[in-house]
Amino acid sequence: MKTLAPILTVLLAIIVLWYGASVLMNRAWTYDQAARAGTTVTASEVIRDAWSQDRPVLPAPHQVAKGLWDGLAGQAVTSKKSLVYHGWQTLKATLVGFLIGTVLGILLAVGIIHNRAMDLSVMPWAIASQTIPILAIAPMVIVVLASQGITGLLPKAIISAYLSFFPVVVGMVKGLRSPDQMQLDLLTTYNASNSQAFWKLRLPASMPYLFASLKVSVAASLVGAIVGELPSGATVGLGARLLSGSYYGQTIQIWSALFAAAILAAGLVILIGWIERRTLARMGMAR
Amino acid sequence: MTGGGEGGVAWGWLVFGLVFWLGAWAFNAWLAQSPYAKNRGVRLLIPALFGVTLLVLWETAVHALNVPSVILPAPSMIWDRITQSLPTLWADFQQTILKGALGGYLIGCAAAVLTAILIDRSEFLQRGLLPIGNFVAALPIVGIAPILVMWFGFDWQSKAAVVVVMVFFPVLVNTVAGLAASERMQRDLMATWGASYWQTLFKLRLPAAMPFIFNGLKIATTLALIGAIVAEFFGSPIVGMGFRISTAVGQLALDMVWAEIAVAALAGSAFYGLVALIEKAVTFWHPSQRGRA
Repeated sequence: MKTLAPILTVLLAIIVLWYGASVLMNRAWTYDQAARAGTTVTASEVIRDAWSQDRPVLPAPHQVAKGLWDGLAGQAVTSKKSLVYHGWQTLKATLVGFLIGTVLGILLAVGIIHNRAMDLSVMPWAIASQTIPILAIAPMVIVVLASQGITGLLPKAIISAYLSFFPVVVGMVKGLRSPDQMQLDLLTTYNASNSQAFWKLRLPASMPYLFASLKVSVAASLVGAIVGELPSGATVGLGARLLSGSYYGQTIQIWSALFAAAILAAGLVILIGWIERRTLARMGMAR
Repeated sequence: MTGGGEGGVAWGWLVFGLVFWLGAWAFNAWLAQSPYAKNRGVRLLIPALFGVTLLVLWETAVHALNVPSVILPAPSMIWDRITQSLPTLWADFQQTILKGALGGYLIGCAAAVLTAILIDRSEFLQRGLLPIGNFVAALPIVGIAPILVMWFGFDWQSKAAVVVVMVFFPVLVNTVAGLAASERMQRDLMATWGASYWQTLFKLRLPAAMPFIFNGLKIATTLALIGAIVAEFFGSPIVGMGFRISTAVGQLALDMVWAEIAVAALAGSAFYGLVALIEKAVTFWHPSQRGRA
């Protein structure tokens, strides 16, 4: 309760500001229409019109909520207008990419901690690659794979995998190195082999780090899937909804797709947080 | 090198590539185990050699397997393209990086730090804004690019606006965390000296917050470049890196695409490096900076 009241207050303030801004940004069109029709409008008419235009500059919150509700519940799930359909297309690519990226990231991290040459040569590049705006190559990956006849889910998943890969590598390397020297020494006195030390000490110890990276990388892989849908006439997915909305000036469609993406991202992060709590509690590591 | 004929495998290139790869790998493995590995120069040499090996493998694989340049151009071809079209690349760099990304970055980070200082005075606002800030920081914010392009037009102003929104929340969250970083004892000491709120802020709390703020600023550098480039996919004047990438992809001129990516990678690393250098100068007192000559 102590945190709920401030959050609700801030949310309320945002919604009030939003309504105000939508009047300010949409009223020019209303005045324009009135001037053409040769009529004058009162202030209350301006406000009512600004909140109910078909293609507003900034749709009012209730318009977005209605668009979102129509998209989520008002259509058959298989319809091209349904946000559930488009969201599912994006989610599939996100999950496949996330899975590939996570598995590859963990494997690379295992290689890095067990091989000094790999550590010294790969790690600096893994860190440097974080500074490169890799999202910019997304359209190229899509088009090149399409020219080879590979379309649909896989190209988007590859971009997602690439984006979710590096947070996992960096987090897992840190996590697999987190057991301190005393614990490693103890295993040596037990005459434990390298692989025993890995399965019984390093891997369990790395779990908190793994989950922290997974939360970052699942959000990144959703961004990757959405950006992967932007170029070259993609017709399905939330990114395609954003793009077609921006082509035809359908602002409500853009905002609804945006909120659908936000809900999806929040859901994924919350889901991973839940798995994290369950796992860490079972392992006796809950903080 | 012997050619393998059209469509076949050029064995000469393949063998050369494999031999170079194995040789470099063996050398690196030896170097990493050797006593020289403590040396600073060698520590730079090992990743550099790894990078060169990747480039050589790429080049030889393209020649050996006769990969068409519409799929993957060889590094030498990309380098040719870079040297031939320097003026174009420079114009794109100015439009996207200097105007769009840098402009938005400065505005967004300044706004975030100022907002953090403002909400720092009210615990109520902090409790309300921080969870929302954390939540928004995880959202696919690039999605607002089409909206902002609609509002601010096709030129760099709309790209800067996207960058402002993208960098705002990571910097805000980090700055608020940083402002809470000074210790009770230190703040009490300032109080015993009769320091005002602003004196405490500028002489103690902001300096103590710098490691956190720079953490946010470093995350924001990458976001800024991504925002500026992706926003150009939704509409741009006929100059800019995102515009060039999307049109070059349409013409299957992949050497141009890779040239732009190389410029973006260099700019991104330089931007990050610059912020890291400033961080080193500002937070020289912090344990993570000490001890590294």
